[in-house]
Amino acid sequence: MRVWPIFKKEMRLYFTSPVAYVILAIFLLVMGWFFSQIFQYYAQASMRAAMAPQMGQDLNVTDGILRPLFSNIAVILLLSLMPLLTMRLFAEERRSGTIELLLTYPVRDGAVLLGKYLAALAFYGVLLALTLLYPLMLFYMARVEWGPLLTGYVGLLLMGSAFLAVGLFASSLTENQIVAAVTTFGILLMFWVIGWGADAAGGAWWGKLLQDLSIVDHFDSFGKGVFDTKDVIYYVNFTVLALFLTLRSLEARRWKG
Amino acid sequence: MIEVQNLTKHYGPVTAIRDVSFRVAPGEIVGFLGPNGAGKSTTMRILSCFMPASGGTATVAGYDVFRESLEVRKRIGYLPENVPLYTEMRVAPYLDFVAEVKGVPRGERRRRVAEVMDRCLIADVQNRLIGTLSKGYRQRVGLAQSIVSDPHVLILDEPTIGLDPRQIAEIRALIKSLAGEHTVILSTHILPEVSMVCSSVVIINKGVIVAQGPIDMLVEQFFPSSRVEVEIAGPAPAVRDAMRAIPGVLSVTSVAGDGGGRYVVEAPRARDVRAEIFQLAAQQRWSLRELRRVGMTLEEVFMRVVAGEDEAPAPPAEAEPDKEKA
Repeated sequence: MRVWPIFKKEMRLYFTSPVAYVILAIFLLVMGWFFSQIFQYYAQASMRAAMAPQMGQDLNVTDGILRPLFSNIAVILLLSLMPLLTMRLFAEERRSGTIELLLTYPVRDGAVLLGKYLAALAFYGVLLALTLLYPLMLFYMARVEWGPLLTGYVGLLLMGSAFLAVGLFASSLTENQIVAAVTTFGILLMFWVIGWGADAAGGAWWGKLLQDLSIVDHFDSFGKGVFDTKDVIYYVNFTVLALFLTLRSLEARRWKG
Repeated sequence: MIEVQNLTKHYGPVTAIRDVSFRVAPGEIVGFLGPNGAGKSTTMRILSCFMPASGGTATVAGYDVFRESLEVRKRIGYLPENVPLYTEMRVAPYLDFVAEVKGVPRGERRRRVAEVMDRCLIADVQNRLIGTLSKGYRQRVGLAQSIVSDPHVLILDEPTIGLDPRQIAEIRALIKSLAGEHTVILSTHILPEVSMVCSSVVIINKGVIVAQGPIDMLVEQFFPSSRVEVEIAGPAPAVRDAMRAIPGVLSVTSVAGDGGGRYVVEAPRARDVRAEIFQLAAQQRWSLRELRRVGMTLEEVFMRVVAGEDEAPAPPAEAEPDKEKA
């Protein structure tokens, strides 16, 4: 399996084009703003709590800062930026025709897929690692619980890997990057809001199903510091299924016509 | 080295190639000729394992392109028609990537990449982004990536398209130098290129092979006679009849020329009638202005087999037949 050269090539392409830098810069700008807002809000709340102690009983850094921060990262980073990270990966190769060379090199389709996926994941890892700056700043000012912080990041990583896999799949279907990005966004958004149907279902069996399918509901417990295998399995399955579909879509050209 | 049998490919209702069969011996350079849309690229894409055929088999270096695709791909270098390259990569890292993907061992990679850059005359642009290179350079980068792993078989789809004449000469020389150690199949519609580079040709038209074999054999097969072009100042009917009387001459045709008096004399290939024509002119005191042998080229063969389907075979060298007024 020659995954490594493909991985290296994709990383190189991320960082020789301005795309990576733009995404990093914009993301950090927006996240910085969110963090400062959340932080100020929390600071004010704790000020008020200092004056009226009974109001501040359940005020804590995990619920007051980390969880809002994580859910903001999830929305901004994952929902809106992830499609941009993956849209190029196959669509551009198809548009420029380089896929014809790539797929006639002695590498299996699976290795190509894995190399690209891992490169996207690594880039995402960099993005995520940069957000560690915020909790790091918190350590100076407050007592931060390690557990929720850790599970929160594990959750983000798992959720992100599922999103990337969906993006890769969408990218393999088209030679237009915009189409790939919009498709990814659409799929992710559907999985994001699918759980809302659960309320309408009342107690019906499919309400539970919709709830279980929701990509965001599985994230909740990570933010609270709960590491539930059910949620892990959900994300892993989601990722594997999307990657499997991508592989099929790559192999489709080899079907006899 | 390459064996293709009854290869057929349909794109939906359209048949791109039908029952294509040919073989290429090791070390040979074969030209794959045909007008645009004849099925050249389709055949090459199948040979390079990019897509499967609808029917028939193809083996490269003894491996089936469909069932043992990975083994085939280890042994080929492929240059697709429009030279797709990563425009955002620099030349040297790109070639290094290709070498690595193609399994050139780490220790040899640097040397190998430097070698092909020298060979393809791109060492001077090795640090440039591929997207900023001219068409000629890109073409050569494309060629470099195909030979970087030193593959047994090279599949080159129109390798000289878009180059300037000097670059074309360089690339041809390069391809020619690959013969012997490599087996090359190259497609083109530039006919002189084939005569210069290839030892034999496969001509394909509308998805069907219409002629194949070594170039001189093809020429002989399609044009069993040789031609001599003559310009003689003299009374046209008399000149014509006299030349027709030369033993072995098959036909004499008048050609519309500037001063008139131009003829094409056809005789069997083995027979050279030039001396007789000269003596005839000398005897009759006609002044002989020009006398030369017209080499039948691949071009005429090509025009005949490709055009031959819809029109009556009319080689372009043959001008209007005998109808000059006396």
